[in-house]
Amino acid sequence: MASAGDTRILQAPPAEGAKDQHMVINMGPQHPATHGVLRLVLEIDGEIVVRLYPEIGYLHTGIEKTCEAKFYQQVVPLTDRINYLDPMSNNLCYSLAVEKLIGLEIPEKATWLRVLLAELSRLNSHLIWLGTHAMDIGALTVFLYTFREREEILRIFEGLAGQRMMTSYIRIGGLSMEPPLDFLDRVQGFINMLPEKIDEYANLLTGNPIFRNRLKGVGYLSPEDAIALGVTGPVMRASGVDFDLRRDIPYCGYEKFPFQVPISTVGDCWSRYEVRLVEMRESIKIIQMVLDGMPEGPVKADAPKIVLPDREKMKTQMEALIHHFKIVTEGFTVPAGEVYQAIEAGHGATGYYVVSDGTAKPYRVHMRYPSFATLQALETMCKGRMLADVVAVIGSIDIVLGEIDR
Amino acid sequence: MTILQFFLWSVLKVAVVTVVMLLGVAYTVLLERKLVGRIQNRWGPNRVGPFGLLQPLVDGAKSFLKEDMIPAGVYKPLYVLAPVLSLGCALISIGVVPFGEPKTGPGGLDLFEISNVNIGLLVILGITSIGVYGIALAGWSSNNKYSLLGSLRSSAQLISYELALGLSLVGVVLVSQSFNLRVIVEKQAEKGIVTWNIFGGFQFVAFFIYLMAAYAETNRSPFDLPEAESELAGGYNIEYSSMKFAMFFMAEYANMITVGCVATLLFFGGWTSPFGNLIDPPQNVFAHALFPMFWFVGKVFCFLCLYVWVRGTLPRFRYDQLMRFGWRFLMPLAILNIVATSLWLAYR
Repeated sequence: MASAGDTRILQAPPAEGAKDQHMVINMGPQHPATHGVLRLVLEIDGEIVVRLYPEIGYLHTGIEKTCEAKFYQQVVPLTDRINYLDPMSNNLCYSLAVEKLIGLEIPEKATWLRVLLAELSRLNSHLIWLGTHAMDIGALTVFLYTFREREEILRIFEGLAGQRMMTSYIRIGGLSMEPPLDFLDRVQGFINMLPEKIDEYANLLTGNPIFRNRLKGVGYLSPEDAIALGVTGPVMRASGVDFDLRRDIPYCGYEKFPFQVPISTVGDCWSRYEVRLVEMRESIKIIQMVLDGMPEGPVKADAPKIVLPDREKMKTQMEALIHHFKIVTEGFTVPAGEVYQAIEAGHGATGYYVVSDGTAKPYRVHMRYPSFATLQALETMCKGRMLADVVAVIGSIDIVLGEIDR
Repeated sequence: MTILQFFLWSVLKVAVVTVVMLLGVAYTVLLERKLVGRIQNRWGPNRVGPFGLLQPLVDGAKSFLKEDMIPAGVYKPLYVLAPVLSLGCALISIGVVPFGEPKTGPGGLDLFEISNVNIGLLVILGITSIGVYGIALAGWSSNNKYSLLGSLRSSAQLISYELALGLSLVGVVLVSQSFNLRVIVEKQAEKGIVTWNIFGGFQFVAFFIYLMAAYAETNRSPFDLPEAESELAGGYNIEYSSMKFAMFFMAEYANMITVGCVATLLFFGGWTSPFGNLIDPPQNVFAHALFPMFWFVGKVFCFLCLYVWVRGTLPRFRYDQLMRFGWRFLMPLAILNIVATSLWLAYR
């Protein structure tokens, strides 16, 4: 049975005189290089891509709609599952949006920890990008090396939240609980070790002529196209657009941490590779700054009607018990209004548009995730290139299908 | 010796070599998995038998027991023929490889070699070329777009690299003045490592070209485009299952071994000791016979490890880059090597 994607590309008339020469090839959804369940319908002339049509929806979960049936605090675990490689950023973006709507003040320590976690999460995302990208090009070893380091991040997350991937650790009003005692030491140990490991990856890849040739000049995206197609994040910065939400529209106290935003003006896969590698090193610097200046204090806002009380308080104080009961059974009401909050996640600008009608459940939660927009640019980047380049480009734009099919 | 005797002895030799070769293939797979595992920060197979030593046998049994599917749209005769052709050619070429010092057994039969052909080198090159048909036909008869792309790539790649491969060996032939593998080895035997073709014969450029071309010939990383897991999802063998798939797999590893044998014979002094006559060979009859085998197997083993190491390190070429590399770099270099070797031989 032909789906909409098929018919669209098949109905379009082939180029003059090319009727017998072109082949329509179906890449995915079960394909090792499509990062999940992406399906591409490609029209190729020999090995040259003439047309490309991404067919999405294989991972559709209906999360956006589900949000409307949940209390505000119950939406947090859903956000984990959207970009499962960058969980903290999802939590953070949603929490910031709702907090903005309520007008909630977040304690200093929670903000700093949020920055730290968002950066760790970005490292997680970038490590997976590097591994899978290299694997798509054929360097399987790098994949296993990056997963070795990612494992440590996951262990840190597990120590924090009891979950490796679906953390739900950043909540509305702060964090879900105090981090464990050895948390900061573990993070310090991790970022002490990581720069060396990044050098190791760079050793395997940067100087490698095969890897260079596979990426240089491949998948060019002009800054105009990048802006027109809504591409954000490292892909846009590699195309020469100097924009990073962390620096340009600071949120969550990012203005306190001076850091470099790596830019390249080349716009090919190689520049995306370089930009992301520098970004990883910058993330490490940010984490170091957070660790050095970590303030003391609570990790939850003082808002008993919104934030769940500590276990101990709940067992000793009657108000706490009542609040807990109320929050769990009825949720908390959020003043009517709408808000858009954008953050810079690992893949680019992530945004949550939350509309409240004054009840305890959101009227609408719309998510703007970068992969969806980046995927639009795939055809622009791949047209006229070889089939093997499609794989290189998909690797370099770093998409997660959970983000695309919400 | 009667015809019958000759026939029986030949069958025996062929059987022994085939069994050894297939075992070699099985354990090369294990070697690769173990070594790549270590390179990649993991253990590799270690559950079946001590150190996972029984893994290849279990894998083989599994392949036999899998359902053998033949998809509806394939062209059956060629579809079935292709893996046989692939594995057949890979196994036949070992027939002219001498494994050890020439020894005559009963009735003047050569031990350690199935047949001593005067143009052994050409035979190997020729049979390897036929092996390409296996992959090309597999891709075509599978009636699958990915397979077709894989086999197109493969055919183009093998034909281009065959040229470089052939030309790189001309230098060795010039130095040794023979196509007979035995003679080529004996010419290098004199002082061990110093007189090996790669050093004494100044054929290191030729070896480099041979290495590249051989990687391409065997479809191994970084030239594994016909399979290109991440692009073609397996390429030419995508529609094959069970033993037919295993035959392609075995053919690949058999080719690796053959390529390793040829490299050992042509560039690394074959079965001769790297110390030449500095060390006396052992006096015991059996040890005396097995000593050369030891060196031969050892050298091939090193070569196989190199294969695995490269696979663990390098990414994959792109199709056009591969062709450019073959035609614009390896070919001219091989021709230059021939010219240089000829001049050197003429004015020596």
